[in-house]
Amino acid sequence: MRTPLGHVRGLGAAKAGTEHFWMQRMTAVANLPLTLLFVAVVVALSGSSHAGATAMLGSPWIAIPMLLLTLSVTFHMRIGMQVIIEDYVHDELLKPIAIMANSFFAVAVGLASVFALLKISFGV
Amino acid sequence: MVQLTLPKNSRITEGKTWPKPQAKNVTPFKVYRWNPDDGMNPRVDTFWVDRDDCGPMVLDGLIWIKSNVDSTLTFRRSCREGICGSCAMNIDGTNTLACTKGMDDCAGGKIVKIYPLPHMPVVKDLVPDLTQFYAQHASIEPWLKTDTREPGAEWRQSREDRAKLDGLYECILCACCTTSCPSYWWNGDRYLGPAALLQAYRWLVDSRDERTGQRLDELEDPFRLYRCHTIMNCAKTCPKGLNPAKAIAQIKQLMVARQF
Repeated sequence: MRTPLGHVRGLGAAKAGTEHFWMQRMTAVANLPLTLLFVAVVVALSGSSHAGATAMLGSPWIAIPMLLLTLSVTFHMRIGMQVIIEDYVHDELLKPIAIMANSFFAVAVGLASVFALLKISFGV
Repeated sequence: MVQLTLPKNSRITEGKTWPKPQAKNVTPFKVYRWNPDDGMNPRVDTFWVDRDDCGPMVLDGLIWIKSNVDSTLTFRRSCREGICGSCAMNIDGTNTLACTKGMDDCAGGKIVKIYPLPHMPVVKDLVPDLTQFYAQHASIEPWLKTDTREPGAEWRQSREDRAKLDGLYECILCACCTTSCPSYWWNGDRYLGPAALLQAYRWLVDSRDERTGQRLDELEDPFRLYRCHTIMNCAKTCPKGLNPAKAIAQIKQLMVARQF
């Protein structure tokens, strides 16, 4: 029985979304050089020994960009996936659960990668 | 989850093949039919249009069918020259106006396939229910809003500022763009869609309007505005050659611009 205009106005504008949009673009720009560097590192590492690999990844010149890449990529992955969930998952219960699980996954993957890089760098 | 298959009562069945006229030059029309009163599923009827007895446009063919074959065929039409937007439908796989689409431009003139605008409730045959579409247009408050006392004569605008409205004011609200947008198909209840957003930008960029900030506030929403993923179907299908995707991108730019 609700009027069409009432239905369209719904709960009103969330006054949000621009930050999300901007971060997606910013991390995309950051990902460009960082991913190229990552590919270069992977190529350089091919055929190297374990000691050689840890020595290379432990150098601050490689470790810091790889840490930046991890943060930027996992952040980008999280917000990108959230958009996809919002597009296709309409169930009132499933949607917040999926958005939460997506964040947990991105943070877990990011922290595990950061931990691995720090462990190599500091050799503990 | 999003529904990828049609509900049972919307699945399309083979319809009636109407008699072929004894004429030299005929073009087959496959037309979507649905009658809310007979309880049947939608069907696709086959008609034959005598090309020597009617005009060249798809709308001419539909009117010929209504006059000569089946008077119950239901569709909207008014101006027959691309300015009213009534006869928007899905022709040869693309949303467009039946009055400006030539029959010979459909599959090389071999066959003309016509469905109602996609993903909208159907009233009957080729008539979609556009209630929500119009409410979305109304929700962006498409009129000049000012607080300064109204001048004795007109609100003044420079030629340069007036030129900014070109490519925006020409929209005829035919709904071709909005109903071609996958984002609108999945989230049409919350996403405003390309037509309403193009009109929103038309008022955002109007130098005479004094409520730009409030207009942006009303649009700043993950669904109302940011469901646009620059798929570009809107720009591709617009029968007036407008570019709603560009207008939406410009709204997003304004959103970012007021943050820094």
